[in-house]
Order: sequence, then structure tokens, then C-alpha cells
Amino acid sequence: MSAYSEQLTEDLLRPLLKTSWRFWTLAILLIGVVSLGIGAFAYQVWNGIGVWGLNWPVFWAFDITNFVFWIGISHAGTLISAILRLVNAEWRRPVTRCAEVITVFALIIGAMFPIVHLGRPWLFFWLTPYPSEREIWPNFRSPLVWDFFAISTYLTGSSLFLYLPTIPDFALVRDKTTGLRHRIYAILALGWTGTTKQWHRLESAMQIMAIAIVPVAVSVHTIVSYDFSMAPIPMWHSTIFGPYFVAGAIFSGIAALIIAMAGLRKFLHLEQYLHPVHFENLGKLLLMMSLLWGYFVFGERITTWYGNDVSEMTAFWQTQRLTYAPLFWTMVTVNFIVPVLILSFKKLRTITGCVVASFGVVVGMWLERFLIIVPTLSHKPLAYSWGHYMPRIPEILLLIATFGAMVMFYVLFSKVVPIISIWEMKIGQHPQLAHEHRTADESATMWRTEP
Amino acid sequence: MTAIYGLYDRPEAAQRACTGLKHAGIPSQDIAVISGEPFEAFEFMHRDHSMILFRLALIGGILGFLGAVGMVVGTEKAWPLVTGGMPIVAWYPNLVIIFEMTMLGAIVTTVISLLVTAKLPRFGKTLYDPAVADGKILVGVPAGGKADAIRETFTSSGASAVKTIEL
Repeated sequence: MSAYSEQLTEDLLRPLLKTSWRFWTLAILLIGVVSLGIGAFAYQVWNGIGVWGLNWPVFWAFDITNFVFWIGISHAGTLISAILRLVNAEWRRPVTRCAEVITVFALIIGAMFPIVHLGRPWLFFWLTPYPSEREIWPNFRSPLVWDFFAISTYLTGSSLFLYLPTIPDFALVRDKTTGLRHRIYAILALGWTGTTKQWHRLESAMQIMAIAIVPVAVSVHTIVSYDFSMAPIPMWHSTIFGPYFVAGAIFSGIAALIIAMAGLRKFLHLEQYLHPVHFENLGKLLLMMSLLWGYFVFGERITTWYGNDVSEMTAFWQTQRLTYAPLFWTMVTVNFIVPVLILSFKKLRTITGCVVASFGVVVGMWLERFLIIVPTLSHKPLAYSWGHYMPRIPEILLLIATFGAMVMFYVLFSKVVPIISIWEMKIGQHPQLAHEHRTADESATMWRTEP
Repeated sequence: MTAIYGLYDRPEAAQRACTGLKHAGIPSQDIAVISGEPFEAFEFMHRDHSMILFRLALIGGILGFLGAVGMVVGTEKAWPLVTGGMPIVAWYPNLVIIFEMTMLGAIVTTVISLLVTAKLPRFGKTLYDPAVADGKILVGVPAGGKADAIRETFTSSGASAVKTIEL
């Protein structure tokens, strides 16, 4: 094994094989934060959904904001990873798994919220297409049922997309461990040995999955946008909502990925593998998405303003000048002005610059989801149905717990699975190795077939 | 069955072994190469190429499509519920479900096909050496009647170790 491969294996397996007190402290802290959310949810189930700030006419607020936000964050991973794989971008190698993990956990968190929001969450299975004794299956014309199909397809695809390229790494860990840990990784590795046939099948499968997962990812957030745009409600009933939601999802996803990578780099000491150039490339993508997001917001706003429909303008002014204006202009600042100012200049497109911009985008995109939902619901066409919404403590705790859960899942995952694909990193070294070490005689043996 | 294998530090040497084994009259399909990473630049890596997964994924997609059409149309006809003035079998909303089920069919079929064709999971005794995890490349063949010639080929091509295993 080359010195690089040895170092790579050692560095990337270190978090799995050695556990410091810092890990346990962080894990306990995060479990505490998540427990707060579980407690808030239990309180809501026990007392009913009235413990939230929801009241007529606002029946969707923090919970549905969290749902849309986390489904959006999930676009970080599988979509970005699949696109980078399809275009064969060499710099993707250390990035893909970090990204794919975000997708799976963000989807799990996001998909919980329609269930949390049900009021009677134990009846969530009514969404699934099972034949009941009354022969009433779900109404396939409801966008909420579309959500079920889209999210379950994306979650299944993303989980498999994450798992398949992990199998060779599980086999590596299996061979480097003993005892119970060895047995667990042996099961996860499925008896992988690394025959030429297994490598070919794996690479073919990854190609197919990458091709299939891109349209699924686009469809998921389009369908989430349909939850709003299928309703004839001011500021929602818009043809632009599909692409607008998808662009916003990719935007927030890239920001989450940058933050996650910066955290991994610092706390797992992966400076040798997550280089400034990775952040710079992702920073450029974030800049592009920031501009695209600004374009969509401008397009949406100018169309509404120019149409000057009374009911639409009522909701419109709520975000421009009235109750929700501070949130709206904060959103514009952190989603557009700050990222463009930081990321347009190469000197500022450092790791710190990218992380600062990304934190702003994450906050801004949560605000965007909130501002799509609440101002409209609180100002429907007729004035008798106007109202206000203020979140209560259980909702705020649930929101905080979602972020805690995301970090907790990520930390625990990086403790049991190499967070950077070891075998893909090794392949990344092949051309260089070939150039440096292959002699003329050795090169001649390559591609030689039977005489 | 008895198999003999050589462990190699470098793919060039593994390639020499494969070529040598073929010259010694060992059929290509009997030569197994096992590595911790795919070496796409070498001929030995290009023996098991197949498009079968792509074809099976297509079939899976078609099955998902047909299943979805059957489910939505069957359900809507079994319980003709008028919603929002839409027809009983409303194709625009149905297309959403049909698309998702088609993709799910393709994805799940791909994974099942991968497992079946790559013979996974497999927990019995098989040709393998944990040294592969340390970067070694294993080239192995069934011993047959040419054990001495095989050992000689492995040694002359630069194997760091030559071993025999009972499978």
C-alpha cells in the first residue's frame, strides 16, 4: 500500500476506532437537545395541538415551515452528489458522502413533520395506499398523498445511494476490526470481497442510481411546492413555485453541506482531504444559487406587484412594509446581499467566508419558508379571515430540536461510518500514481490481451 | 476445491500475473482478481463488463409504471369519488404518482440486480485474504492439475506471497 493510501485509511478510520471524551460530551449535549423536542412533542400529543400558537386562520406555521425547510436541506446531498458523479467532477470525491448523509437525515427529520402536525399522529398510516375494509384508498388527487409517494421514493433512493458505495468501506473496516465490531461490519459489508465483477456491478448501479435520483430529487421539492401552489390562495397559486422551491432547496442544501464539511474538517482533523478548493468550488455554486434565488424572488414579487390584485397585494404588503417586513428584509440580506458580497470576491471566498455566508443562507431559507406560509394564511382574500400568528414554546423547542437532531445524527454517523469514501479517494490518486511509478515495461503489460 | 492465490503490492504486477496465467493455459473466467479499489486502467479490471443492470433497471421502471397505473386507475374506479370537479381517472395528478413509482421501480430493481449479480450477501468461505484491506491485490485460480505452473507464474510475476486455500 502506498504511503498516501496508508495515511488515508488511518486518518479516515481514526474517528471510528478511537473515541475521545469530547465525542461523548457532544453526544450527551445533542441527545439533551433532541430530548427537549421529544418532550415538546409528547406534551403536544398529550394535550392536543392547541398547545401550539396555531389558531384560525393560521393552521400551518412552524411545523410546515420545518417540513419544507428540511426537505429543502435534503437536496444538498443526493442531488449534488449525483450531479457531480454524472459529470465526473474529480473534486467530488471527499464531498459526496458528507453530502449524501445530509440528505438521508434531513429527509427523516422533514418527513416527520406532516406526522407531527397531524394532531393524531398515530393515524399517519392513513396516507399509505393500503386496502382497507371499506375499500377507501387515499385520494391520489391530493398533493399531500403526492408528498407521501415523492418523499418515500426519495428517502428509499437516497438511503440506497448512500449505502451502496459504503459497502466496500464497510468491508475495509470489517478487516481492520475484531470482536463484536468486526461481526457488525461483516454484516453491513454483505460479504463484499472486491472481485472485478463486484466493482463493475457497483459502479453500474451507482451510475443508474445517479441518473434516476436527479429527477426524483427535482420532483420531490416540486411536489412540496404543489402543497401550496395547487391551492387558489394569494401568493401561492403560482406557476413559478416548482422551480422556485427546487432552486431554494439546492441553495439551502449547499449551505448546509458547507457548514457540515467545515465542522468535519475542524473536529475530525480532515484538513488533508477537505481542501480550501472544495469550499471555494461549493462557494461558487452557492453564489450561483444565491443569484438564481434572487432572480426567482424578484420574478415572483414583480409579477404580483404589477398584477395589483387586491387580495394578493394584501399578503404582499405584509412582507414588504407591514408585520413581516423585518423578517422579509432580513431574509433578503442573508440570502442575497451577504452571500453575493462575500462570495463574489476570491479573497473572501475562503473557508471562513463560505461558512459565514452559509450560516446566513440557512437562517434566510428557514425565514423564506416561514414567509411563504404564514403571511398568506394570516391575510386571506376577505378581511374577516385575517389574523396573526405567534409561536409558542413547544413549537420553538421542536424547531431547536430539529437542528440538534441533524447534528446528532451526523456526529453519530461519522462515528460508525467513514465520512469520506476511502476507496473513492484512493481511485482519485490513480492517474498520479500511474504517472509517477509506472515504468515503460509495466505500461506495456497494461491492456495486453491474450495472443 | 483448492485454490492458489498470489498477493501483489502493485496492479502492474497483478496484471503480469493475469497475463502469465493466460499464457499458462488458465481460462480467463477461472482467474479471480480481488482488490480494495477498482483499477480501471488495467486490463484485468475489464473482464466482467456487462450492461445487464441497465436493462434490468429499465424493466424495473416499466414494472413500476404498470403497477402505478394499475393502482391509481384501479383505486379510482373502485371508489369513484369526485374531487374538485376533476374526472374520476384524473391523469394530471395520477402522473405524479406514476412518475414516482416508475423511478422507485427502477431504483429498487437496480439494487436487487446488483446484489444478485454480484452474489451478495455472501457469508460463507470464499476466496479472500484480509491483506486486501492493506492494499494488496489478490490474483487467484483453482489449483487443478497445474498447481506448480501457477505457483511459478505467481512468483515470477512478483507476488509478495503465494498461498493455498481450501474453499
